[in-house]
Amino acid sequence: MTDSSSIILSLTIWIPILGGLAIIAMGNAKSRPFALVVSLLTLLVSLPLYFGFDKTTAAMQFTEKASWLSSFDIYYALGVDGISMPLVILTTLINVIVVISAWEVIKDRPAMYLGSFQIMTGLMVGVFSALDAVLFYIFFEATLIPMFLIIGIWGGPNRVYATIKFFLYTFLGSVFMLIALIYLYKEGQTFSILGMHTLELGERQQFWIFLAFFAAFAVKIPMWPVHTWLPDAHVEAPTAGSAVLAAIMLKMGGYGFLRFSLPITPDASAKLDIFMITISLIAVVYIGFVALAQRDMKKLIAYSSISHMGFVTLGIFIAFILIGKGDTAGVELGIEGAIMQMISHGFISAAMFLCVGVMYDRVHSREIADYGGVINTMPYFGAFMIFFSMANAGLPGTSGFVGEFMVILASFKTNFWIAFLAALTLILGAAYTLWMVKRVILGEIANDKVAALTDINRREFWMLAILAVFVLLLGVFPNIIASVMHASVENLVQHISISKY
Amino acid sequence: MDNLRIATPEIFLLTATCVVLVVGLFLKPEQRQLNYWMAQAALVVTLIMSTSQIGDAPASAFSGAYSIDAMSASLKSWILAIVFGGFLYSRDYLSERQIARGEYYTLGLFGTAGMMIMVSATNMLTIYLGLELLALSLYAMVALYRNNAAASEAAMKYFVLGALASGMLLYGISMIYGATGSLNLAVVNDVLVGGSERSVGARFGLVFVVVGLAFKFGAVPFHMWVPDVYDGAPTSVTLFISTAPKIAAFAMLIRLLVDGLPVLHADWQQMLSILAALSMIVGNLVAIAQTNIKRMLAYSTISHVGFLLMGIVGASAEGYSAAMFYAIVYAFTTLAAFGVLLALSRDGYEAVNLNDLAGLGKRNVLLAAVMMLAMISLAGVPPLVGFYAKLSVLKAAIGGGYMWLAIVGVFMSVIGAFYYLRIIKLMFFDEPIVKAEINAASDVSAGLAVNGLALVVFGVVPGLIMGACVAAFG
Repeated sequence: MTDSSSIILSLTIWIPILGGLAIIAMGNAKSRPFALVVSLLTLLVSLPLYFGFDKTTAAMQFTEKASWLSSFDIYYALGVDGISMPLVILTTLINVIVVISAWEVIKDRPAMYLGSFQIMTGLMVGVFSALDAVLFYIFFEATLIPMFLIIGIWGGPNRVYATIKFFLYTFLGSVFMLIALIYLYKEGQTFSILGMHTLELGERQQFWIFLAFFAAFAVKIPMWPVHTWLPDAHVEAPTAGSAVLAAIMLKMGGYGFLRFSLPITPDASAKLDIFMITISLIAVVYIGFVALAQRDMKKLIAYSSISHMGFVTLGIFIAFILIGKGDTAGVELGIEGAIMQMISHGFISAAMFLCVGVMYDRVHSREIADYGGVINTMPYFGAFMIFFSMANAGLPGTSGFVGEFMVILASFKTNFWIAFLAALTLILGAAYTLWMVKRVILGEIANDKVAALTDINRREFWMLAILAVFVLLLGVFPNIIASVMHASVENLVQHISISKY
Repeated sequence: MDNLRIATPEIFLLTATCVVLVVGLFLKPEQRQLNYWMAQAALVVTLIMSTSQIGDAPASAFSGAYSIDAMSASLKSWILAIVFGGFLYSRDYLSERQIARGEYYTLGLFGTAGMMIMVSATNMLTIYLGLELLALSLYAMVALYRNNAAASEAAMKYFVLGALASGMLLYGISMIYGATGSLNLAVVNDVLVGGSERSVGARFGLVFVVVGLAFKFGAVPFHMWVPDVYDGAPTSVTLFISTAPKIAAFAMLIRLLVDGLPVLHADWQQMLSILAALSMIVGNLVAIAQTNIKRMLAYSTISHVGFLLMGIVGASAEGYSAAMFYAIVYAFTTLAAFGVLLALSRDGYEAVNLNDLAGLGKRNVLLAAVMMLAMISLAGVPPLVGFYAKLSVLKAAIGGGYMWLAIVGVFMSVIGAFYYLRIIKLMFFDEPIVKAEINAASDVSAGLAVNGLALVVFGVVPGLIMGACVAAFG
């Protein structure tokens, strides 16, 4: 269904943005139910993107195009393909969970808090659906402002440091992307992303453009060694902020690699693939060990996120070794694995942060040492936490397994040692998550605070249950995502197999 | 008669200013507000007259000394609107400090007339006259607070350095006159296009003209006066100096370099690119170290001048319209920032330290929100209008082959983002030191709200301003 007059994407972007502004304007009194209505409405209007999606084509669907700044050739152009559509749905879904999670937890200025999240949701949908490079950049950067305020106003004790670091780090990365986009405009006289895909570029040009994109997306996803903003931001952010940061914002980096770096600079990507694979593997292995050493639960999950994102970049960049070997099926396996991993990590990391949030709301501590035997006083919660931890460790049957397995399988086709190092994550991931579970959830009741805990209420139950359903669903039927992205990935692989010069 | 028609807004404004001046002499102290209302009425009428000229066919008057075209009509309208906003924000500040004896408004109006002349002048002598009318008004305005030592010092400094810069400019103009035999910019251009042997003298003059311009803009290394004057002057005067005159300076630069000396573009491109890079680097780095908001905004201005010049460096129509867009956007964003500072300076208290902004989000959420929008816009983060200003000058610089300058620019804008974010941090993340609520007059609040909203609205539809800027150089 390639409908040129669709307005679904515009609605999915503008309902939460305008709704968020309305929430802030209306004040605190009725902000919670109103925010829930806005988020559910957003989810509802985004659903046709999945159910009306044409799986047979790699072309952009639900496209919209209107002239916006004619003197600059900038268009308000939107559309989704199989790579971006699942991310849009993920965004609108997590948004509902966020509203539920903040229900009675946030007491200081709830209208501003919920409104900021709604605005951010609209902007993130914009990032995934923009087909004009400047429009993409605007959404990409604009998401920084609400997140900056969310961490800065509702964050922990060291929030100012964390939020300014977060902002400046990502801002520094993305301004170089802006330079690259303007340069591409100068070369091709178009800001259309698809137009940039087909632009002929020489080796040197591609090299520098790749580096500019790398600066933006490697910081965002984040890759080792530019990951240091993430643990700080995660630890200081309020629970929902961490969840959105991990579940969606990091995916902008992965999405950027797939939408910009690969198709625009395929030759440079191919040249630098060993470099990219190396730092991905460092993220997987070294950051895995770092996670093992954490005493703060949120920090542990943050490092686990970095390690999982290393898998995403690994899956993307082994593509070029496999293209060299002529193994197209392997390339597709790696890239699809990377996308699966992004979606799955969206659910699991959000759930993990919400679990920590549930405990933090009761005990006001994130230190592993302050807990022990939580399952005795919170049996339902304990079950959820163990389930999500298993998923995080990549247990078969959960979504966490699918992506990792696909990427490891693809790695085996390249080189045994790459696959060996990648597969270490199964051990390391199990080690750090399950060890945390052992120390926090299992065992004897450690102290009076744990003894006084009350189990999750109905709101918290549903919030975690919805996520658990999706984690299982994707684990058992990965095809619900894999089938929609197949045509787009195939097209991408075809495109990047051909040299631009 | 046609000559007069072109200059009607200026003639009206000057006449009205004289009326305001004379009426002011007969007003009793409690009637001082009348001066304010008359000044604002004069500005509104002039604004209407000048906007009605937008879209008129370009025309020239007074033997080519004065002209109206797409650029001048729209820049004049912006100058008038910004001065109107500046007077509105300044009113309560001035009357509380007993320095509103009418002089601020009359001097401000004379300065505005000077700016309008600078924008429309096409003869070097007319440009100089407009510039001096503006500059003399500004010197006197800085000195308005005559009991204040800092203000007097700032006025002295400003006067001496400003006079030096005017001298430089005049010296450069005289050399160009010597080389080409004319003060009329169109004729100067014709002569230079015709014969290259004359360009040596003109090139020598160009150096002095650029130095004079750089002084007026406050571009590094001719920026020394900016922080001291911004800091020493009463905040309402700082607001006046930092907003509309930048637009007029931009117009003066376009007239002199682009209309008059395009033949020498290779020379002034080189000079401007160095000025631009230095301004961006020094302005942003030094701003970080400031604890005084007015000084911080002074260095921020210096850095923005660098960005503005980056647009012109490419020497393309696209770049000139980008710089024009930048000047307009910069002026009304800074207007909002100083408007908030003026609203904070109450009951004889001056909001000058960064800590005065602490917890503003809890004391007056509107002021804090407007300040936040202004800061984000100055930092150049989308979706606010400041982003398009940066985008357009970067695009012009890259299009003109100045990739290195664009890279310096974006790098410095990240550094700049830090001190703008620090303001937001103070307002929203920190607890207020003084808890008392701040109430601004309702018309000032409304003005600030409109100003803040403009930053967002023009961010969503930048084409509204950009269209006029492109038309000006189309």
